Amino acid sequence: MSRSATTIEIDRPPVIRSGPLRWLKENLFSTWYNTLLTVGSLAIALLLAVLFGHWALTEAHWAVIPANLKLLFVGTYPLDQLWRIWATLYMVALFLGFSGGLHRGLILQIALMVAAATVLLALLPFAWATRLWILATALSTLVGFGLGRLTRQSRTSRWLEISLWLLSFPLTLVLLKGGLFLPVVGEAHNVGGWNKWGFMLNLLGAVVGITLSLPIGILLALGRRSSLPAVRLVSTLYIELIRGVPLITLLFMASNMLPLLVPTTFRPDIVIRAMMTITAFSAAYMAENVRGGLQAIPQGQFEAAYAVGLGRMLTTLLIVLPQALRAVIPAIVGQLISLFKDTTLFGFIAILELLGMVDSVLGNLQWRGTIFELYIFIGFIFWIFCYSLSYISRRIEKNLGVGER
Amino acid sequence: MIPAFLRDVRVLRVIGQVVFLALVAAGLGWLYHNLESNLQAIGLKIGFGFLNNTAGFPISEGIKYTSTDTNGYAFLVGVVNTLRVVLVGIVFATLVGTVIGISRLSGNWLIRKLAGFYVETIRNIPLLVQLFFWYFAVFLSAFPLVKNSIALPGFIYINKRGLDLPWLLPTASFQRWGWFLIVGLIVASASYLFRRMQLKRVGRPGFPLGWALASFIAIATLGWFLSSAAPLRWDIPLLGRYNFSGGIEFSASFFALFVGLVTYTGAFIAEIVRAGIQSVDKGQTEAAKAAGFSSGMILRLVILPQALRVIIPPLTSQYLNLTKNSSLAILIGYYDLVNIGETIFNQTGRVVEVLLMIMGSYLIMSLLTSLFMNYYNRRISLVEH
Repeated sequence: MSRSATTIEIDRPPVIRSGPLRWLKENLFSTWYNTLLTVGSLAIALLLAVLFGHWALTEAHWAVIPANLKLLFVGTYPLDQLWRIWATLYMVALFLGFSGGLHRGLILQIALMVAAATVLLALLPFAWATRLWILATALSTLVGFGLGRLTRQSRTSRWLEISLWLLSFPLTLVLLKGGLFLPVVGEAHNVGGWNKWGFMLNLLGAVVGITLSLPIGILLALGRRSSLPAVRLVSTLYIELIRGVPLITLLFMASNMLPLLVPTTFRPDIVIRAMMTITAFSAAYMAENVRGGLQAIPQGQFEAAYAVGLGRMLTTLLIVLPQALRAVIPAIVGQLISLFKDTTLFGFIAILELLGMVDSVLGNLQWRGTIFELYIFIGFIFWIFCYSLSYISRRIEKNLGVGER
Repeated sequence: MIPAFLRDVRVLRVIGQVVFLALVAAGLGWLYHNLESNLQAIGLKIGFGFLNNTAGFPISEGIKYTSTDTNGYAFLVGVVNTLRVVLVGIVFATLVGTVIGISRLSGNWLIRKLAGFYVETIRNIPLLVQLFFWYFAVFLSAFPLVKNSIALPGFIYINKRGLDLPWLLPTASFQRWGWFLIVGLIVASASYLFRRMQLKRVGRPGFPLGWALASFIAIATLGWFLSSAAPLRWDIPLLGRYNFSGGIEFSASFFALFVGLVTYTGAFIAEIVRAGIQSVDKGQTEAAKAAGFSSGMILRLVILPQALRVIIPPLTSQYLNLTKNSSLAILIGYYDLVNIGETIFNQTGRVVEVLLMIMGSYLIMSLLTSLFMNYYNRRISLVEH
């Protein structure tokens, strides 16, 4: 066999051109209608940006924000008691740093994020004293981190961590509101109740709602999956009823009907009622989240637990719940975000949270006509909190490997 | 020693449930007892008789109503107002969401980034902040008084009070044209069914809905020209001394609520649409291309049917969210059912009844939406052959 001497032509490998022009052509001007889209949307976006920029730089009276910062964030909280709010912040930062030092990983990243954010905040043109107050938050995160690193070997530090976080709730309440060794804010300072605390109420409402609704939600979720028909029925009814109506109707109920449902001697103030409402509301959604986690546990886990001799109760407590709760952490953070946004509805029952403070600011003749500045600032504040939370949620999701297993 | 039957799991289960139910009933009974005695103290008794009493308060929005109508009818006005903003809102939010969701997957970098910016901005700001922004900042403080209305091309006017648009009004010959419309509808349905059957027989995809639409439009146009005079005429808003007459007016609170709900829900729907389209494997598109499908056909016959299965369930809950979020109307003064319910409560003190009516309305709306969407979901869900 002889091989003919034809030459085989081999195509040269295609040259992949790269560079900014190439990128532009591929991503912005690939076809005629893409070019049209690019030019059109660029024109609109630029126009809006220029209009907004012009307004923001020349016409807007941004002075309204620093002048009313205290009113917006803490409302009528007495000035000479502000240290109590700082103390609460330091406490939370300390615990966060401590947990970060113990576990490293994501929680450390969150602690570092908070510390970095406070340092950035201190760069803004505040008074020097305020800057020191702010920087102390970062400092206390660092102190907590150091303590956590030092004690990470000991077993007791884990227990200490859990009890500290549990303790942080009553401590926050005592620090902010008063009681035990501190005077009660409001009564002692003649500034009215705590229903005019501005942004603090948004934060408190969301955190209290999500935390208290967790145990109730777990119980409801277990109830809905219970083998007892009566328990299942009651849990399902509660969950579906609450999820079927808007939060505002529940707030309406809390402000107008709750007083009729309890003996006249029992009159919780409006903030407590709002917290109760948001907890009851959140519990139904929490139950559905937890139920999603419970459903994700494979049957084999139950069977294995029964096989090693665990009863129903212990199986649920030791095998199923820990895994289910781990899996639903991102969903719970998502719920925290929507709960946080929902706290703006407190205005409906005469609670002056951040959004409600706008009227108080505009009531001052000096700040008339600054409504755009105020709403943009408030939107920005909510955006920062919600966006960071959703970023954290995505990171947790990645760490847990949800959807990758 | 515990008797044997008390150690029987079956008996224990029954006893446990009875005790549980008794506890729940006792709790509810306690609340009811308090309610009754508290109501008695202020001289009220639960009952819906007040619905037949004269309402006596004005409502400046919605179907025909005067303050001499009954409370029950006033509440109905609120229900209709809620339905109005919810239905229009759902349609537009779906459109916005679909466009933005597809834009987020666009090959065009700028479009992709702008859509992403929109979604991330809108989703992370509370709806109420956005509603207040539209209503108090944009409408009430930035827009001019009625007499200085901003005039847009096409006889559209914007002012503090809202939006005035031209509107179609039926004329004397409308009734005759109506018969043509009915005939058109019948012919359209018939041609839709016929074309669908025909397509099924030959096993080819097509547009039966296009046939239906074409036949309807043809008959409607024919009827229009056969009428002695035009059956519809434009009613154009005219600026009177204090107000616009003619046309249709959307109040500022309606429009703010509408814009807020549509942009907010649209951002969430966009994410759902994006996730749905991304859930369809790339190989599907490539296979369809290899089989010679055009890109429109690929979208309609390959991607959408598979993406919809992923999209519909979360989309349903977004529709429900929009319905529930429409209750924020009360905070910007739109006369929805919560707002009118609260007014009735303020006038009569009937908190229990009003609350039952409000909650019942939302529950019914939620139930109907779920039923319809579940039906639709079953229709499009995967049929394994």
